[in-house]
Amino acid sequence: MRPNSIGDARVAPLPFSTRRPQAAPKRSLALHIAAYLIMIVLVLLVLLPLWWMVSTSLKAHQYILHTPPDLFPNPISFESYTRLGQEIDLLRTFFNSLLVGVVGTFAQIIFAAMAAYAFARMRWRGRDAVFVLYLATMMIPSVVLIVPQFIVVRMLGWTNTYAALIIPPIFTAFGTFLLRQAFQALPRDFEEAAFIDGANHFTIFWRVLLPLIKPALATLTVLSFMGLWNSYLWPLFVARNPAVMTLTVALAQLQAGPNALTEWNVVMAGAVITVLPLMIAYILAQKWFVQSVVANGIKG
Amino acid sequence: MAGDYGWQKWKWVLLFILPSLIGLLVFVFTPIATSFWLAFQNWNLLSPPKFVGLDNFNALFADPEFWSALRYTLGFIFLYIPLVFVLGLGLALLLNQKLRGVIVVRAVTFVPVIASWVVISLIWKWIFNPQYGLVNYGLSIFGIQGPAWLFDPNVALYALVITSVWKDLGYVAMLYLGGLQGIADQYYEAAKIDGATAWDRLRYVTLPLLTPTMFFIVIILLINSFQAFDQFWLMPMPGSAAQRNVQSIVTEVVKQAFSYNRMGYASAMSWVLFVLIFVITFVQFRLQKRWVYYETE
Repeated sequence: MRPNSIGDARVAPLPFSTRRPQAAPKRSLALHIAAYLIMIVLVLLVLLPLWWMVSTSLKAHQYILHTPPDLFPNPISFESYTRLGQEIDLLRTFFNSLLVGVVGTFAQIIFAAMAAYAFARMRWRGRDAVFVLYLATMMIPSVVLIVPQFIVVRMLGWTNTYAALIIPPIFTAFGTFLLRQAFQALPRDFEEAAFIDGANHFTIFWRVLLPLIKPALATLTVLSFMGLWNSYLWPLFVARNPAVMTLTVALAQLQAGPNALTEWNVVMAGAVITVLPLMIAYILAQKWFVQSVVANGIKG
Repeated sequence: MAGDYGWQKWKWVLLFILPSLIGLLVFVFTPIATSFWLAFQNWNLLSPPKFVGLDNFNALFADPEFWSALRYTLGFIFLYIPLVFVLGLGLALLLNQKLRGVIVVRAVTFVPVIASWVVISLIWKWIFNPQYGLVNYGLSIFGIQGPAWLFDPNVALYALVITSVWKDLGYVAMLYLGGLQGIADQYYEAAKIDGATAWDRLRYVTLPLLTPTMFFIVIILLINSFQAFDQFWLMPMPGSAAQRNVQSIVTEVVKQAFSYNRMGYASAMSWVLFVLIFVITFVQFRLQKRWVYYETE
């Protein structure tokens, strides 16, 4: 960037008047107040629906139909959470979601990191061609994949198993791509010194380089866990069996089909339980969440 | 270097690359090829697939349900993208100010981005409830009788758009913020010396330098919203006319594949969507010369 490029022909000439009224400080005070008003309204607009979820979940059934609606539950009741336990197997579905999220995230990171190491730190014939093939898959919309992936899972006999929930979603070119970038940013000296000391590729990968790309690993961890925990379309079609059903699918079922639940306090209790683990993680690691989602770019 | 020659080297390369490569082969490369092959077959999962040439595509272009899904998808895009594009910019400009409390606003507006669509859709279904929902209560204060929202096929799309904007605003703002923070201070300083007002600086410095970010955002929003699924699948009320009518292309693909077992037909439709997205992205790239300003010259 050149400091004087503001005067370039490409930038429209600036029609600034050089005489400005001296009232600038007053106007900036008004602007400040306007900015804060907008900020407050915005925060309320985002928080109100979320608060409404929590508040509704803490009301007994007869109180949710009040007009005007009560913003705060009075009296507070946990009846909806007990009722929710009768509608869906909370322990089971929560455990399933957690298992899929944790195992899937771990597996995705290991496989992606290994491939990324081969792409970034090894020289072999055909490497760039294979990498281009990886990149090309990132252009294909996930909807193209879902039908044939379902067929593959069916052929493997994995329908209604944890394998179906965990294994197909973890193979994404994106994870490999992200970690390859991180590996490539590291200088060569690290492994050269280690090679001279007699270390093999595995030691270098695991002991030397992997600890150096922790930020990228954290980004992928958040992205992967969030994706698996929130995932709906895939588990909906490969794991309808109650034994392996995930929380999102069980929750969505409350409000689908002819027997949709009208006890909104119970539905909201389910929403609270589903969103809570991610919210706690978000509060603890906000920076990583923002970075990951932005890094992901195209969701899908 | 040790182990860098011949079989010794390949042993290591294969050890590192194979787990991922085999996974991608089985769950990505093969499915893509299969899907393409299936687009020219008739297959209901039970009897063996039968080659039908272009029949699936011919049937598709004659299928009123496909055109209806395309219309709703486009309707969604025309409402949702301008809204989230402009509001996201506004939010990003606000978040870019050196004001107290900006961090709180940023943290809060990002919460809906993280929550799953299942949760978000349920919250808003309750909020859009015609009788007991917050929205219609709010309208009733002003003496307006609110519509049936997610029951009504003519109104449901607006509810989907509002919910989607609410969910994605923080995400779009964060993309803008990345672009805003990449603009060097010296431009603003130079503009200030020239006597530029805040509005001038926005109009003649920020916006032109932000066009590459805007281009990126438009591409992402287009690609994502052509593939809109969750809000269309989850939000219209079960059993209502809205649920029967308000479909996106992806919900239509999923319905054809998993409700009617028309695997070939569904695959053909997913490829039509792919071509549609590809063409529109390509056109965007061609058009970018007209409005995207790159600093390199």
